[in-house]
Amino acid sequence: MPFQSTVGDYQTVATLETFGFLPPMTQDEIYDQIAYIIAQGWSPVIEHVHPSGSMQTYWSYWKLPFFGEKDLNMVVSELEACHRAYPDHHVRMVGYDAYTQSQGTCFVVFEGR
Amino acid sequence: MSKKYDAGVKEYRDTYWTPDYVPLDTDLLACFKCTGQEGVPREEVAAAVAAESSTGTWSTVWSELLTDLEFYKGRCYRIEDVPGDKESFYAFIAYPLDLFEEGSITNVLTSLVGNVFGFKALRHLRLEDIRFPMAFIKTCGGPPNGIVVERDRLNKYGRPLLGCTIKPKLGLSGKNYGRVVYECLRGGLDLTKDDENINSQPFQRWRERFEFVAEAVKLAQQETGEVKGHYLNCTATTPEEMYERAEFAKELDMPIIMHDYITGGFTANTGLANWCRKNGMLLHIHRAMHAVIDRHPKHGIHFRVLAKCLRLSGGDQLHTGTVVGKLEGDRQTTLGYIDNLRESFVPEDRTRGNFFDQDWGSMPGVFAVASGGIHVWHMPALLAIFGDDSCLQFGGGTHGHPWGSAAGAAANRVALEACVKARNAGREIEKESRDILMEAAKHSPELAIALETWKEIKFEFDTVDKLDVQ
Repeated sequence: MPFQSTVGDYQTVATLETFGFLPPMTQDEIYDQIAYIIAQGWSPVIEHVHPSGSMQTYWSYWKLPFFGEKDLNMVVSELEACHRAYPDHHVRMVGYDAYTQSQGTCFVVFEGR
Repeated sequence: MSKKYDAGVKEYRDTYWTPDYVPLDTDLLACFKCTGQEGVPREEVAAAVAAESSTGTWSTVWSELLTDLEFYKGRCYRIEDVPGDKESFYAFIAYPLDLFEEGSITNVLTSLVGNVFGFKALRHLRLEDIRFPMAFIKTCGGPPNGIVVERDRLNKYGRPLLGCTIKPKLGLSGKNYGRVVYECLRGGLDLTKDDENINSQPFQRWRERFEFVAEAVKLAQQETGEVKGHYLNCTATTPEEMYERAEFAKELDMPIIMHDYITGGFTANTGLANWCRKNGMLLHIHRAMHAVIDRHPKHGIHFRVLAKCLRLSGGDQLHTGTVVGKLEGDRQTTLGYIDNLRESFVPEDRTRGNFFDQDWGSMPGVFAVASGGIHVWHMPALLAIFGDDSCLQFGGGTHGHPWGSAAGAAANRVALEACVKARNAGREIEKESRDILMEAAKHSPELAIALETWKEIKFEFDTVDKLDVQ
């Protein structure tokens, strides 16, 4: 078999860091990830930015970090509210860990256009 | 109280075996596994180790009466059996803080593992562990940045970093080398690495490599929208040349450089770590030559000591073995020393090989790097063993992909993210590894091919150096 027919062409893709290489998550899968953030004792934080600014360190907060929030549904409704307010923005979910002063996790939930 | 000078040879145990001694918080404590020559009593062997690694010499000397040796001497304060081994025993030795220069790992090792290792009354000697007192730790610079700062600079959260070493490890021109870096990074890796053998050889001088690699890193970053880096190896012939390379990496705006801390030496390493702290540069640490020193179960230095020394000397990432790949490493032992790289307090736990409580205070943590003979099938186990604060490096497992390095990189990235997602969702990733990877492969032809390519490769050999537990 000629070489060319077995080798695929890998196209570079623009991605948004963690989970950027997985297909978009279903609603249940997003719930699972938020439940993980809450179970770790991290604070949920919602951030958004216009796609042209996706490489900035600071994205805009949606409201303030939801310190101590344990209600999964509350977090989901805030994510949706943020997406409705900024439909063309990337919206990401951060699990903020005050002990390490780092982000325990961070992934994009809605991709803007 | 003055003493009289009495020339001659005294038994070491008269001075250096002090079973009633209660170690001070400021003492540096060491545990040695000792195997004496036949017929020499344990106390004498242990006391000889304490003496030869601190103030003692083979003969009484008049000049020791000019000082207060009671204040400076090392003391063996405990002897323990080695489980399942009749010929060896553990000797616990306490060294007063003032025996060591502040912040100098070089000085600590020169004393503890110096002449004493050639001592004729010993057949074998192994330094198993050191408890560094907080008073010493506070004099060390430690990791120039640490885990938290490294994550912030690289913008990587909630998962291990993903990397690979550029192969073939020797012989590529600078431009070809940069091409391989570009392929890996555009395919989804966060970081690529100079092989430790790459310094500045005739086929590829360092400046050539640095320039092409910088272009590759910047291009991949631009095209993928993610932060990328390459560990530019600054290990060099002289410290002056090492700093020259580090300065050039900074000029090129590169985020991370690399050093080989055992072949390069602790003095060079501490110097480079200080330079990195001052210049906002991350520092990746390779460990060539470690297995010469740490693999024999009865002689040398255990890697947990070398790992602790590196955290104090300075580095933001350190190679730790993979447990599952082609290189030696027992799972419990590895967990024991990666705790000592990353945590702020590590309790004594003989089932993990840790002989002492170790308080690290505010010393930043070091990423554990798993590299060597690993591929996508190992991903669930690697994530389970090493957790998020690690860097997983697939060399052959990236470049060996039938479609090339970019596709190999993508396969690894998909596998890693699928495992992280599954773990967060509460799945048992080691037990369900096959299902998790096969599901992920449905959306990724690159992963499907990688899984097919490496399905039979295993490295199942017995560990040479096992923990002493029964």
